[in-house]
Amino acid sequence: MTRQIRYQDAIREAQAQILAADPRTYIIGLGAPGPTGIFGTTKDLQREFGVDRVFDMPSSENAMTGVALGTSLLGRRPIVVHMRVDFALLSMEPLVNQIAKWHYMYGGHMVAPLTIRMIIGRGWGQGPQHSQSLQAWLAHVPGLKVVMPTTAHDVKGMLIAAVADDAPVIVMEHRWLYGVTGVVPEEMYEVPLDQAAVVRSGKDVTLAATSYMTLESLRAADMLSQIGVEADVIDLRSLTPIDLPTLSASIARTGRIVVSDTGHSLFGVCAEVLALVAESCFSQLKSAPGRVGLPHAPTPTSPALADLYYPRALDIARAAAEMLGAAHRLPPEILGEHKWKDTPDPSFTGPY
Amino acid sequence: MDNALDVNVRLAMYKQLLRLRLVEDAIARRYSEYEMRCPTHLCTGQEAIPVGVSAHLRTDDLVFSGHRSHGHYLAKGGSLKSMLAELYGRATGCAGGKGGSQHLIDLSCGFMGSAPILASTISVGVGAAWEIAMRGESRVVVVYFGDGATEEGTFHEAMNFASVKRLPVVFVCENNLYSVHSSLDVRQPNRPISALGSAHAMAASHADGNNVETVYRMADEAILRARVGDGPTIMEFTTYRWMEHCGPNGDIELNYRAASELAAWKERDPLTMYREVLIADDLLTPADDMALRRQIDEEVEEAFSFARASAFPCASNLMAHVYPARTRPA
Ligand SMILES: Cc1ncc(C[n+]2csc(CCOP(=O)(O)OP(=O)(O)O)c2C)c(N)n1
Repeated sequence: MTRQIRYQDAIREAQAQILAADPRTYIIGLGAPGPTGIFGTTKDLQREFGVDRVFDMPSSENAMTGVALGTSLLGRRPIVVHMRVDFALLSMEPLVNQIAKWHYMYGGHMVAPLTIRMIIGRGWGQGPQHSQSLQAWLAHVPGLKVVMPTTAHDVKGMLIAAVADDAPVIVMEHRWLYGVTGVVPEEMYEVPLDQAAVVRSGKDVTLAATSYMTLESLRAADMLSQIGVEADVIDLRSLTPIDLPTLSASIARTGRIVVSDTGHSLFGVCAEVLALVAESCFSQLKSAPGRVGLPHAPTPTSPALADLYYPRALDIARAAAEMLGAAHRLPPEILGEHKWKDTPDPSFTGPY
Repeated sequence: MDNALDVNVRLAMYKQLLRLRLVEDAIARRYSEYEMRCPTHLCTGQEAIPVGVSAHLRTDDLVFSGHRSHGHYLAKGGSLKSMLAELYGRATGCAGGKGGSQHLIDLSCGFMGSAPILASTISVGVGAAWEIAMRGESRVVVVYFGDGATEEGTFHEAMNFASVKRLPVVFVCENNLYSVHSSLDVRQPNRPISALGSAHAMAASHADGNNVETVYRMADEAILRARVGDGPTIMEFTTYRWMEHCGPNGDIELNYRAASELAAWKERDPLTMYREVLIADDLLTPADDMALRRQIDEEVEEAFSFARASAFPCASNLMAHVYPARTRPA
């Protein structure tokens, strides 16, 4: 099976199969049945499955999240979609106080099997309120599962696994991954919600990353191999839990780690990964670990500042090379034909 | 028409209508050069509302808005140069390039900020009105938002509080019938949005938002009410967005709204309709109109030149403004 499709088509296909396989499932989101179908991911699903399975909704994220919870308590399995994670902030009360705890606080008598898709991204002037990567907030809350699929293969499999799971699952999708192709089986399959994947093997340094930063890490690994440094690249995929066995096995081989995440460095996923590494692999580290994330500032809109704000492959490669005392050997970054870096690198098209 | 408006007011409103239109048209024309690198929501077709409302506002009255805020900002007196420079991401932009089209601000004219999270500035405007009321000032706060924003809980919560405290705030709902690609009927029952104001025991009215004089007259009452301490008002204006939700193009090929519907609304163009009224009333000649256009075109061209010639913010700006510097000595 070697069919290659785009990430966004893999999401659509997963949802179509989920709707077809289980009458308890439905999709709801602002513009879900609309002509552009949430970046193509829900396009035409209402036509295929009817107005009782694919819903638009008022701009009422708070109430509609509670509404979705209510239906799930009576046996439905909703997929709630937020075009941007920033809009999901209006649903934090039902999400954090209710959904995350329903199973626990009522002594296991009920489940809240919601899947909530939240889209993250960067670039093109998205600015302070349209570009945040708040996965660390959500992973902080016990009861919510948070996954960040990077490949077309994983997003299909994790979405299917999320809907099948009885826990509430947040699926974080990066918009810059939507056009990237990968090998995706046609049938339904699940990718576990709690495991990282080793996507490239090397002996000198571990590059662990989430979501889109995995692609930047792969690119960084290419740069590093030009100077004779071989990187192990780990796609973390799941934050709840962070797959420590896979991480520590890699660190046992390399002794060095650079973590990168789409969110802020401070108090975030990078911080948590490095804390875990320090706690459990300290003796295997040959140098202090490094992290590459967003600086502690809101996203600036101006492309001139956004260029400085978002880390790229070179930042990861540099961090790794410095650990090996080889930074001076790195070739200069190739900027491509793009003046600004606010669009995805044209080489990021897959397959991955 | 009953007692006609002052000639100067009418001509000033026409000029402002034309100006907002020409600015949005110029942005649409230039957007595809990919130099304005931020999401931009044009208000083409909806200009009569901010023009009619702002005609009553003093410089020290305050305005808050959302994602479709160019008209609100310009009609309140916001600097066109700073707005365009902001769209171009330049240091001379009204937010120093940090915000783009969705975060306009010009404190010198009382434009307190716009933010694209739906309904988020409604409660903020209510807070400003509360402070004004507590100080006993006669200033007024106007908050603009769309029909979509009225579906958010915070809208209802803010209305409730504004009514309880009888605050000097005017809620202006621009009901253009769509929220992105979703029509009103999949989001709201068939009732006027202004009725939600009535339910909160505040003055409420609903009218045609494409007739600038209708807007002017309704706003006159509402703003006076706020100014003299008689409490909040919600005004709902029915209008129509000509362009796509976000960006410089049309979107009729998407088929979420009918070409005939758009065409019917273009027949009711607030600008053309008003031009015809003023010509019929002998207040404007086609030659005056042309002269006005030339004058505005020049202003717009100059503002674009200013924006394009301005420098980008320097690197040190990235981490500036995360926290303000302490102004009070320790
Ligand atoms: C909380 C939140 N949810 C969703 C969005 C996405 N969004 C941006 S504009 C918009 C449409 C809003 O419609 P309306 O308030 O009627 O304003 P219009 O665009 O029609 O002027 C939506 C849904 C958002 N910005 N904030």
